[in-house]
Amino acid sequence: MNKIPSALNLGIRRGGLEIRQFARQRESVVFTLLFPVILLAIFGSVFKDTIAPGVTFSQYFVAGMIASGLVNTGFQSLAITIPMERDVGGLKRLRGTPMPASSYFIGKAILIAVSMIIQIALLFGFGLLFFGVEMPTEASKWLTFTWLVLLGSACSTALGIAFSIVPKSGRGASAVVSPIVIILQFFSGVFFVFTQLPTWMQQLAAIFPLKWLTQGMRSVFLPDSFAAQEVAKSWETGRTFLILVIWLVIGTFFSVRKFKWDRD
Amino acid sequence: MNVIEVKGLKKRYGQVHAVRGVDLSIPAGEIFALLGPNGAGKTTTVEILEGFRSRDAGEISILGFDPQTTGHAARQWRNRIGIVLQSAADAGDLTVIETVKHFSGYYSNPRDVDEVMAAVGLEEKSGALIRNLSGGQRRRLDVALGIIGSPELLFLDEPTTGFDPEARRAFWALIEKLRGTGTTILLTTHYLDEAEALADRVAVINSGLIIEVSTPAELGGRATSQAVVSWRDGSQVKTEATDNPTAVVARLSTHFGGEIPELAVIRPSLEDIYLKMIGGVHE
Repeated sequence: MNKIPSALNLGIRRGGLEIRQFARQRESVVFTLLFPVILLAIFGSVFKDTIAPGVTFSQYFVAGMIASGLVNTGFQSLAITIPMERDVGGLKRLRGTPMPASSYFIGKAILIAVSMIIQIALLFGFGLLFFGVEMPTEASKWLTFTWLVLLGSACSTALGIAFSIVPKSGRGASAVVSPIVIILQFFSGVFFVFTQLPTWMQQLAAIFPLKWLTQGMRSVFLPDSFAAQEVAKSWETGRTFLILVIWLVIGTFFSVRKFKWDRD
Repeated sequence: MNVIEVKGLKKRYGQVHAVRGVDLSIPAGEIFALLGPNGAGKTTTVEILEGFRSRDAGEISILGFDPQTTGHAARQWRNRIGIVLQSAADAGDLTVIETVKHFSGYYSNPRDVDEVMAAVGLEEKSGALIRNLSGGQRRRLDVALGIIGSPELLFLDEPTTGFDPEARRAFWALIEKLRGTGTTILLTTHYLDEAEALADRVAVINSGLIIEVSTPAELGGRATSQAVVSWRDGSQVKTEATDNPTAVVARLSTHFGGEIPELAVIRPSLEDIYLKMIGGVHE
């Protein structure tokens, strides 16, 4: 008797399969990957002002777009597609095999990470070519960027899987999930300068990870002088890390404990 | 040791007692059919055995494991069973061969992918996207995914619902092939002819209880029940219920001096017996 393949091994295979399935849904691929670029094009054309000396709105917006890309790609897409997979019996079939839940989650995390890397590359490309977006030059900023993307992607994946237990059916999932994400984007300073939002909105947003991801991305793409204009007069990098880790733990806990393989 | 051993299984949903004390013993290599109308507790019972549902009471051993086992033991258990569920419509964007190959990677000793493709008759569809398969082809893919791990026990839940007669015959031939490999099969079905064609033994479940377990030929006293001889005498159709139909036919043959007009000897079909057992409730 050979050994059963390890959970990690199967997770990586699941990742490959997830990417293959995703790549075959052409409309969804184009929309998902280019959506941030389209938004950047719209907002970059509408708001041509600078919001601080040397900081264009496009520059500000790129930070917000990457952060909300993490939420759209991970949380939103998983919280909608997992109930759909559940509806058609795909999850129940998987449950009946020796593949463990952790492999399924790893597969999703791989899909989200790959999709995120492509989105960021496109956003950087278009931003540099057409909207005068400037890339950070210091290594420390790229380091921050890297852990923000990895931690943000993991956190968003875990929360998306966890939230997939809320919609009762795939059909209704998008009606439940999309408004949450859109409201969160407005509250978290993705579309507007965060400090110009009402205080109660800022405080509410501070509970959720998107605000911290956005602020973290600003610390990467905006000059450090802009930190003085943040609510806390600093980038709060340590606190951002801590809050994202807390949400990652919460998301993972509910994913592992409460994941629903079957409709009833 | 029996592959499936169930004692006193009970399950309640709120005030509804779905399963009220089911016992089952299924030895290795047997094809066992579970029959019952909708709402009889059939699906609940099978889903508990498959590990998809919890139970309120009773002891269950499936290949020596409790279906509620978790963690690594659960993986070892699932490595040895195969499940073909009702109506799955997932993975439409993958090809048949990609899916079968991928699932084969879940098990420690998978069957050869090409062999399985041939066994279910999908070789020619191997490069087709799953969403382009017909209903019967999809069902055969479901079976392929159920048997790819070379399971010792296979659950088949209403495998031929929606099949045309030809596809059903082909499917039965496939199950006969699996019988040849020694796979134990627990089959649930609505079709009595299917149970009769495939099963070594059948159990009839109604209102959460097993009413009888028997071979298809003997269920409900079918083998010993009276036969009905019918014939035409002048303008009248006559019938006679008897334990000795051969004697009746011989007598009639003498009476008519050879050929008996419109002779028929009718024994109750499995369906007649079944309908009588479940009190005429049939969907």
